[in-house]
Amino acid sequence: MSTTSLPNSPFAALNRGLPAYIALTAYVVVTSALMLTNTRTSLGTDVLFILFLLGFLLIYRAKVSNGYKLALGAVMLIGVVPYFGTLNAYYIELAIQAGIFVALALGLNVVVGFAGLLDLGYVAFFAVGAYLWGIFSTDQITQISPGASPVSPQLFYLFMALGLFVGAFFGVLLGLPVLRLRGDYLAIVTLGLGEVIRVLAVNLDRPINITNGAQGIKSIARPPLPDFLRALLPGLNDPQIYQLFIYALALLIVGITVLTVFRLKNSRIGRAWEAIREDETAAIAMGIPLVRMKLMAFAVGASFAGVMGVLFAAKQQFINPPTFDLIRSIGILAMVILGGMGSIPGVILGGVLVTLLDLQILPRIATELGALKRQGVVIPDWFDPAQYQRALFGLLLIIMMIFRPEGILPDQRRREEAHAIEDREASAKTEAGEAKMA
Amino acid sequence: MALLEAQNVTKSFGGLTAVNNVSLTVERGSIVSVIGPNGAGKTTFFNVLTGIYKPDHGSIIFDGASIAGQRPDQITQQGIARTFQNIRLFNNMTAIENVMVGMHARLNAKMWQIIFQSPSVRTEELRARARARELLKFVGLEGRYDELAKNLPYGDQRRLEIARALATEPKLILLDEPTAGMNPQETLEATRLIQRLRDELGLTVILIEHDMRVVMTISERISVLDYGEKIAEGKPEEIRANARVVEAYLGRGAAAGH
Ligand SMILES: Nc1ncnc2c1ncn2[C@@H]1O[C@H](COP(=O)(O)OP(=O)(O)OP(=O)(O)O)[C@@H](O)[C@H]1O
Ligand SMILES: [Mg+2]
Repeated sequence: MSTTSLPNSPFAALNRGLPAYIALTAYVVVTSALMLTNTRTSLGTDVLFILFLLGFLLIYRAKVSNGYKLALGAVMLIGVVPYFGTLNAYYIELAIQAGIFVALALGLNVVVGFAGLLDLGYVAFFAVGAYLWGIFSTDQITQISPGASPVSPQLFYLFMALGLFVGAFFGVLLGLPVLRLRGDYLAIVTLGLGEVIRVLAVNLDRPINITNGAQGIKSIARPPLPDFLRALLPGLNDPQIYQLFIYALALLIVGITVLTVFRLKNSRIGRAWEAIREDETAAIAMGIPLVRMKLMAFAVGASFAGVMGVLFAAKQQFINPPTFDLIRSIGILAMVILGGMGSIPGVILGGVLVTLLDLQILPRIATELGALKRQGVVIPDWFDPAQYQRALFGLLLIIMMIFRPEGILPDQRRREEAHAIEDREASAKTEAGEAKMA
Repeated sequence: MALLEAQNVTKSFGGLTAVNNVSLTVERGSIVSVIGPNGAGKTTFFNVLTGIYKPDHGSIIFDGASIAGQRPDQITQQGIARTFQNIRLFNNMTAIENVMVGMHARLNAKMWQIIFQSPSVRTEELRARARARELLKFVGLEGRYDELAKNLPYGDQRRLEIARALATEPKLILLDEPTAGMNPQETLEATRLIQRLRDELGLTVILIEHDMRVVMTISERISVLDYGEKIAEGKPEEIRANARVVEAYLGRGAAAGH
């Protein structure tokens, strides 16, 4: 029993004990109910959706038992979100996109956050996975070897596993040339290698048509809908069930990814990566095989992107090179940095947040401003909100980096690091003040 | 047979021969010092022994096997650990994590076992953690386990570096100026700790040290480097009386005055 803590804010009491359980449950129930009763795509629903998602953050921060957190989170992810998705397809699509990018961000976080290797070409591995399924599941394969025929859609799951290994293989392949590079040089070379993959996708339509060039690959196969889902979800049409199915797959991959990176982080491998990030020379002097551990980081990071690439291709049914450009890599990096490098919860939050900003919040601001303009509010003609989405996004990043450079949910240790700098600056200031007075 | 036998080791940087034809034999269970003026090549010699630099010439036999030209991590795995002149801890990791990094090569968990959390991985982690605490206790850092390395006071950082080196399970430990920057009390404690490395853990110790009181009290043998060359070797009393050594340290005039 603790008698020491005096609640310093009226909400402090809500953060622990029975009130925490009640408040948390109430929040989730209310936001879910509001959301489920407002299904029209609109600003209001957007706000409710975001408030609902905020529930995950509250669950994460609240001082309630882990079992309860897990149960509540599961109800939201497995119950509320899919149900809402059947009422409004736009939002389940958002959730799927968020899931895909969370997995990508977690993968990149292994390379950048854990091992400290700044990689600007990460989307290449996503592309490799996507093209893997794109090529083998369509007529594209006949272009490469005329006798072959597209693989059965049933083999989708096998190809997800293959995507893992092909991703890892390319991770090692692109990792090899940059082993000796650090910092800025590493960033530039990985950027170049990432672009090489994209340019290959554009140009490998001649002499043998492997990627179908700039036109991209169409009619990519989707895994067959399991029959039991139809039975399980009567009253839904096939496209709806299909979306839920893809959502479930994305959620599953994210779940496996989270578990994997969490376990790796708290193991001898994770510690070795961190040691390399902190001081390479000291790390090798402590018996850490530098080359092997760096390649392992590249391989693990890339493998998640490879798997997600396969799923992405099946979901989109169409892929072309611009999907995998540099901006995409930078977007994923922004998720990692915004959320908190090295921090798993932070990176998940960063992935969701950036996806929402990109696909929901910024476009919504643009449409709302457009509507205002039509109603006669004076907005200068040169200001087309739709054009300024990227600028707004950049501005947000800059503001974040100024006020919270360690990210929104920093790794516990990183937070101490950033605060230590503050403390030092503060003490430097007082010292300077004292010196002036003397 | 001697634990370490370095023969005619040479290492140059461009025109500068930082280590010139140096030989050193270290017997098992001994404490040996390497001394010399600033820039004499002591640290470079350590860097060659631990594989950070490859020697231009010469052979290094450790525990019966040649290690010259091997990678630092391979050499560490064979049983040579070290500390750094300018402390090189993993600053943003905790004390216990720093030590556990040192155990890397002695732990066996494979990636798949870690991902599936096999029972062997879990017991190995628990054991490693317990062992790391023991090592921290041994160097006098009991209770500071979860402190970030960079938040530790200077003297404790030096201790932590030793604990981290011990975690690699070395036979030979190289200490580069372990008492640099310490006050007399801390120096005394550090000296005791170094003696305990040998007496309690049975390690062989080579240390680079500028504090002559430390050197003279704990070393069985001393080697003196000057401008990359070994100019003397012997017992502390012999070194104290060696004219060339006095000359190297104090200049020609002082030596002539004797
Ligand atoms: N990586 C390097 N590149 C070029 N020169 C180097 C390098 N490392 C050391 N040196 C030079 O080699 C010489 C020996 O340096 P070293 O650090 O081994 O001396 P030391 O005996 O450890 O000196 P101190 O007592 O100051 O630590 C110095 O002249 C130094 O400048
Ligand atoms: Mg030195």
